[in-house]
Amino acid sequence: MHDTAINQNELVSKDYLTVTIADQLFGIPVLQVQDVLRGQVVTKVPLAAPEIAGSLNLRGRVVTAIDVRKRLKLEDNAINKNSMSVVVEHGHELYSLIIDSVGDVLSLKDKVFEKNPGTLDPLWMDISIGIYQLEDDLLIIMDVARLLEYVNN
Amino acid sequence: MDDLIQEFLMETNESLDELDIDLVNLEQNPNDKELLGKIFRLKHTIKGTCGFLGLPRLEKVAHHAENVLGKFRDGELEVTPDYVTLIFESIDRIKFIVSKLEETGKEPEGEDSDIINKLDAAFEGKDISGKGGSGSPPPKAKVAPVQEKHMAPGDASEEELQAAFDSAPGPDDIEEDDTQKGSIGDKMIKPTLAPGDATEEELQAAFDSAPGPDDAEISADQDDAQKDQGAAGQGKASDKKVANQTLRVNVDVLEGLMTMVSELVLTRNQLLQILRVNAESDFSGPLQRLNHVVSDLQEGVMKTRMQPIGNAWSKLPRIIRDLSIELDKKIDLEMHGQDTELDRQVLEMIKDPLTHMVRNSGDHGIELPADRVAAGKPETGKIVLDAYHEGGHIIIKISDDGKGLSADKIKAKILEKRLATAEELAEMNTQQIQQFIFKAGFSTAEKVTAVSGRGVGMDVVRTNIEKIGGSVELKSTEGKGSTFIIKIPLTLAIVSALIVAASGERFAIPQLSVRELVMISIQGDNRIEYIKGSAVFRLRDRLLPLISLNDVLGLSEEKTIEKIKSLEESKKEEEKKTKKSSKAKDADSKNIKEESLDHSAESQAQSPESALNPEGTLKQESNVDDLESEYKNLYIVVTQVGGYDFGIIVDRVFDTEEIVVKPVAKILKDITLFSGNTILGDGSVIMILDPNGIANATGDMSQLEATQEITAQISHKADTEKKTSLLLFRVGSQAPKAVPLSLVARLEDIVTDNIEYSSGKMMVQYRDTLMPLVAFDSSVEISGSREKPVLVFSDNAQSMGLIVDEIIDIVEERVDVQLSGTQEGVLGSAIIDGKATDVVDVTHYLRIVDGNWFKDFNSMPFEGNGGQNADNTNRKLKVLLVDDSSFFRNMITPLLSVAGYEVTTLETPMEALDLCKKGAIFDVIVSDIEMPEMNGFEFARKVKSDGSWKDTPMVALTSHATPEDIERGIEAGYNKYVAKFDKDSLLSTLSQTLNS
Repeated sequence: MHDTAINQNELVSKDYLTVTIADQLFGIPVLQVQDVLRGQVVTKVPLAAPEIAGSLNLRGRVVTAIDVRKRLKLEDNAINKNSMSVVVEHGHELYSLIIDSVGDVLSLKDKVFEKNPGTLDPLWMDISIGIYQLEDDLLIIMDVARLLEYVNN
Repeated sequence: MDDLIQEFLMETNESLDELDIDLVNLEQNPNDKELLGKIFRLKHTIKGTCGFLGLPRLEKVAHHAENVLGKFRDGELEVTPDYVTLIFESIDRIKFIVSKLEETGKEPEGEDSDIINKLDAAFEGKDISGKGGSGSPPPKAKVAPVQEKHMAPGDASEEELQAAFDSAPGPDDIEEDDTQKGSIGDKMIKPTLAPGDATEEELQAAFDSAPGPDDAEISADQDDAQKDQGAAGQGKASDKKVANQTLRVNVDVLEGLMTMVSELVLTRNQLLQILRVNAESDFSGPLQRLNHVVSDLQEGVMKTRMQPIGNAWSKLPRIIRDLSIELDKKIDLEMHGQDTELDRQVLEMIKDPLTHMVRNSGDHGIELPADRVAAGKPETGKIVLDAYHEGGHIIIKISDDGKGLSADKIKAKILEKRLATAEELAEMNTQQIQQFIFKAGFSTAEKVTAVSGRGVGMDVVRTNIEKIGGSVELKSTEGKGSTFIIKIPLTLAIVSALIVAASGERFAIPQLSVRELVMISIQGDNRIEYIKGSAVFRLRDRLLPLISLNDVLGLSEEKTIEKIKSLEESKKEEEKKTKKSSKAKDADSKNIKEESLDHSAESQAQSPESALNPEGTLKQESNVDDLESEYKNLYIVVTQVGGYDFGIIVDRVFDTEEIVVKPVAKILKDITLFSGNTILGDGSVIMILDPNGIANATGDMSQLEATQEITAQISHKADTEKKTSLLLFRVGSQAPKAVPLSLVARLEDIVTDNIEYSSGKMMVQYRDTLMPLVAFDSSVEISGSREKPVLVFSDNAQSMGLIVDEIIDIVEERVDVQLSGTQEGVLGSAIIDGKATDVVDVTHYLRIVDGNWFKDFNSMPFEGNGGQNADNTNRKLKVLLVDDSSFFRNMITPLLSVAGYEVTTLETPMEALDLCKKGAIFDVIVSDIEMPEMNGFEFARKVKSDGSWKDTPMVALTSHATPEDIERGIEAGYNKYVAKFDKDSLLSTLSQTLNS
């Protein structure tokens, strides 16, 4: 139920929460965002994939934290108390995406939307739906499902 | 009313309500295929269930209506309001019959040809129109009269009904009568009591004469069914009742509730934790109340998820019936405790294993009738299912009185499947062998029937049950039947778990799989041992494989086990040094100190302690100290998975907590070491360890399991047979000497000044009696005033002391006497503690002191003059001693010979049986129980079965004399059971056995 609502809304609503990872701007569809957190106590999960930072407690629900930097094979940035994370729901489970910083919510029009350039890094290509041209920046729209499903494999 | 009908009614009422709505929708969207399909299915279900329950009237109506709906669905008939009305009509009829059914428990009499004819007309009318090829007009033309017809009887019935009602004096009338009579009664009672009788009679008469509501109903019933429809109004009340008693709630809603309650429980726990810190808080009162309410709420919500186990059993009678027909067996299925409730999640999970096991019992367990009669059992086999609660668990027993498990067949199968070797099998007892049916790829059925042997073995059953934290136990007696005992938790949502920590991270281990906790310290006696790098721990005669949580989870680079090992090694060296100094100290001290050595464990515990106590000597390099503080106390969580025990080394153990199991995220699903995660009282998330997963991670589980029993058995054997506590002492500069600690009553230090002499024999005043003393040999210097250690051997009131030069140590060692002694008083030599050591023949010294030691001792234990025949002829009684351990043979033989028996010793039962064939004759046979190749039980059975030794008394000699063992032994044919070290009772038992 919830998922389809998001998908439908994705098409009409063009609101994105912008986040920064390694100086790159990413957009996450705003309706997918459940929460924005800072400085959570994360319990490490032994033997898990390196991009899984651990689990945390969000109002009684167990949330799995994903280190997006590691997921995108970017340089490590030690997770600390001030690390920001965006909580998204995927397949009835909550995930907390640890990113560098959280920016504004942008309302964007279709005409500035472009498909992924063919030269994009295949890994990034995989998690990107497309790119918006902002005035002085490029915004990669993050495909949260792909981002999380990859980890599953 | 039948449960099935009850359920059917509930379901049908629901689907009928749905049908009403759907049909209206259909009328509006005649082309909605999906809707049509749904309506068709609903009708079809009603039809099907009616047929099954034996409700012909309902079935007929539903069947004909379904035909018409089928036409709709296939597009052969257009959906018109007329047709829909017809369908409605049929639904109304069904509703009517259903309501009657609800009221009386059976279908009302009457028939429904009117409506069936109409439905058939619609059905056939379509046929004609279908042949005619032209679409709607013909059916419409047909329908019009149908509708007319339909309307007419309907009206008539109402009128008729009204008439019938009016004509019959209804309940109102009676009531009136009643009140009249009542008031008369009142009046009459006032003046006198006597006329009261008359009133009653009158009342009765009035009742009888007045046509009651029953009559009215019956008369209505007698008319055609249409009329009944009116009376159905009366049924409404009970209809409502059925609907009100139970409420069908979507499982998702319940799950949601459960989740929320779980959260509430967590929050409550958090609050209670805060309260624990601030005990004086104002909140404590309300919080306690909240605590109770939440507990009650939790229980209540859990109840909503509970279902009787009978639901999982409902299919079984049918399965057994089919099975008995298929296999030509006669099987009765008895079920007890169907009402025992358990969580529906658990119920779902055990449904299949249960079915499988019951099927197995019928297929493999119960014999063919002819075989049963031949075995002296009733022709009809019995399978009994039993369920009951026991301490937060549900116990389900499945027992049959069939042929039981055949150890020989299983053995053959094990060998065939190469699950174990013949040698390993020889080491196992029947029960261990039976456990193999739980191994993967095992099936005892000689032929694969259609019923079982479909690749789902007991291993799957066991795995499934263990998955939900349960266990399966098997008890089987060949020829008598088998019993499976399944133990499962009531619910999976909330479990009690032990919180442990490793490398600073906390984890939860489900309490159910935790057997016990053992604290080990590097310094202590209970230490970890290593077999080529793998750590093991001796836990009461069993070897416990150890794994470290840190290592398994890769929590830190450094391997805990290696760390402990290296630490222990450095510790050991240190210990050696200190031991020497402490011994020196001990030797210096001058006091007669009693040290009871009755309990070897106690003395063992003392020795390392005394070794480490010397002050100052422990200060070593600081790095060892650091490590030491870190590993001073480690905990072993003894965990059981199936029959497999293993120990998990953890750094710390916290409390047990009730935790709510939350499934792990999909991303983490493939880590088999975790079964879920949970939020603790302090709000932190921790992982729940899956003991199954950990066991698997420690290596190939099935293999581990297979070898586990064997290694346990072997180690067990090694412990009992070979490991003996020995007291090591020294005399002069010769090789160290050893005596079994169990023979030593006490150790004394005696000052040589105190030694007195009487007729050339040394003795000392000891506890108000004279105790004879013997020097070990002439090299022991007994002169001047010095303190000498003395080993006191005691037998009842009689004691003697053996003077030696120095007590070295107490060791637990496997003793293998390699060279038999040539010297008097020495049984032979063995390697003990890395040195060649003489094993001392204590009896030799006993004889020196008193030639009659063991003999003319009236009180005990050798009444009847021991080896002397009861009739006092001087023939020595012959004892056959069978024991695989040369040490014990050497120990006991002298003991027995001293007591006057003629002893023949043999190493194996096979040799003994050979001897029997050769015609040797003994007065008594003494046999060990734990022996390789053939154990003592088997030996006894063989001896007792036939042959010349059939009547020879047998005495079992073992280190394990539990009541079960004794029972087993006696069943096998032993007359007596004696603990191995208990020489007194051995001798007394022998004399008793022989004299009886």
